[in-house]
Amino acid sequence: MQVAQTAPNFRRPYVTPTGWRRQMKFHLIGRNLVWFTMTLPALIWIIVFKYLTLAGVWIAFIDYKVRTGLFASQFVGLKNFEFLFSTDTAMRATRNTILLNAMFISVGLVVSLSVAWLLFEIYASRFTRYYQTLILLPRFISWVVVSYFVYALLAADTGVVNSVLKQVGIAPLSWYRTTEPWPFILLAVSLWHGVGLSSLIYLSGMIAIDTQLYEAARIDGASRWQQFRYITFPILLPLVIINMLLALAYVLNADFGLFFQVTRDQQLLYPVTDVLDTYIYRSLIVTKTISMAGAAQFYQSFVGFILVIVANAVVRRIERSRNESLALF
Amino acid sequence: MTVASRADTFTGFRMPSRRRFDAATVVVHIAVAGLAMLCLFPLLLVLASSFTDEIALARNGYSIIPSKFSVEAYVAIFNKPAVILRAYAVTTGITLVGTVLGVSMIALLAYPLSRRDFILRTPISFMVFFTMLFNGGLVPYYILMTQYLNVQNTILALLLPHLVGAYYVLILRTYFSGLPDELFEAARVDGAGEWTIFWQIAVPLARPALATIALFIALNYWNDWTTALYFIRSPDLYPLQYLLYIIQSNAQAMALQEQVGQIGTQKLPTETARMAMAVLATGPASVLFLFFQKYLVRGVTLGAFK
Repeated sequence: MQVAQTAPNFRRPYVTPTGWRRQMKFHLIGRNLVWFTMTLPALIWIIVFKYLTLAGVWIAFIDYKVRTGLFASQFVGLKNFEFLFSTDTAMRATRNTILLNAMFISVGLVVSLSVAWLLFEIYASRFTRYYQTLILLPRFISWVVVSYFVYALLAADTGVVNSVLKQVGIAPLSWYRTTEPWPFILLAVSLWHGVGLSSLIYLSGMIAIDTQLYEAARIDGASRWQQFRYITFPILLPLVIINMLLALAYVLNADFGLFFQVTRDQQLLYPVTDVLDTYIYRSLIVTKTISMAGAAQFYQSFVGFILVIVANAVVRRIERSRNESLALF
Repeated sequence: MTVASRADTFTGFRMPSRRRFDAATVVVHIAVAGLAMLCLFPLLLVLASSFTDEIALARNGYSIIPSKFSVEAYVAIFNKPAVILRAYAVTTGITLVGTVLGVSMIALLAYPLSRRDFILRTPISFMVFFTMLFNGGLVPYYILMTQYLNVQNTILALLLPHLVGAYYVLILRTYFSGLPDELFEAARVDGAGEWTIFWQIAVPLARPALATIALFIALNYWNDWTTALYFIRSPDLYPLQYLLYIIQSNAQAMALQEQVGQIGTQKLPTETARMAMAVLATGPASVLFLFFQKYLVRGVTLGAFK
């Protein structure tokens, strides 16, 4: 390890007491006070932003009025939910979120694994480093800028796609007014944005594989595909399964930037692009139906929480059967 | 060029010792280079169109090679630089302050959590960790910011939300616990206090991990537009990315007005000027990205972000 090399080779002049009694030691009290002080700034931030906000889930069960606030507004039980699920919009947003995420997850897996494998095949090359950088780059472009160049591609009169279509003799399309292609446009943009990161994660898993396995396989005459099929893939499988499960656990959470910016928030496209996150944003800030937003939010967060717990339990089972530590908790 | 000299990219991993130059390798190179170009293409498109003559763009459409080269768009922006300079100042300010504050807070929390003698280690670690499982989401956060903290329309609204990431805390905690205990004990024997040990030993040794986290936080702040969308109404406080969004949505509203026969009264930046703005807003972040890409790739392998 890098650190161990730089560290001077100290002999142990002093050994920390261990065992349950160490907490009683007098000399630790001062240290613990200092340590506790250190944690305070971040701890207070976490309490305010992550724990006090939890009280906000109460909004889902009250008729929230800004004037009366969180605690004095009238309690309405499950009325908000009844109303929420009676609207087509909420169901449409749920359906879009799940279907689009399922598509992103499955296609994303195949594409990232392929890209990782391609990179792995040429890992020793000096160019690979530049490829990695370029593939990771889109991840760090803000969604606003992404929407700018999606516009440059899809604009009705001046867009690149329509120019190409005209040249090959196909009638150009008014992209921002046609719903059908949008699931695929969003898929393309989401892959462009996300594949770099996930393929690098899989690549780092591939690099950790013992090279002797490949050498042995090559001596036995295994082709590249056979090497992938019988060495790389089985070894990566736990990592793949874990990534899939965690992705499924967040299946109700959509990337707000993707759906809000890339579609330019076009109402005509809502039937296929409106997801829970954009729906909640609109109810909360645009139409100001705060209780409705609260109900949708509670539903999203709560189902999401249960999915995370379930996913983790499954990961634990896999882990136990494989004797590896992979679970989130 | 030897394989060993490439070992810096993924520290700690063994390089696959496969260096064969056959047809398949060439095909793979071409495929990956094609993918890399595909990732770069949209950015080049925006860059090219920002250097295109406005009328030529309207006539010939967007193209990767400017149909008629022009720097008009940039001249127009720099003739009236007040708005974009203001946004630049806001974004740079929150990025710098946010990154320094954020990294300090994260390091100060992660370090005690890595000490085995810290009595509150387990409960606080769990508190940090639990935030990753249950996400209250936008609504409670919005109510907290606007009704209780009352920070809407202030610079604090832009600064506060991204300070501490639970994930970064856990990554850094693992990194700190990997440092040899002997170092800390030796310093203690020499009479160093806990603060000295933190600043003089733990922080310098964790520099690579801190740099990675700092970079992620900085890019977060630089690219943030949602916070302004939720909480900022005063144009004086528009960060760069939000300004871009506002320009885009104003242009959209104008186009709509023209369609229904009204004539807009606002003078808006032309299409090429908008693209030039996008270039100016992305430029610094891209440079930061390219300059520190080593840390980013390492961050991926550390699992520093999802």
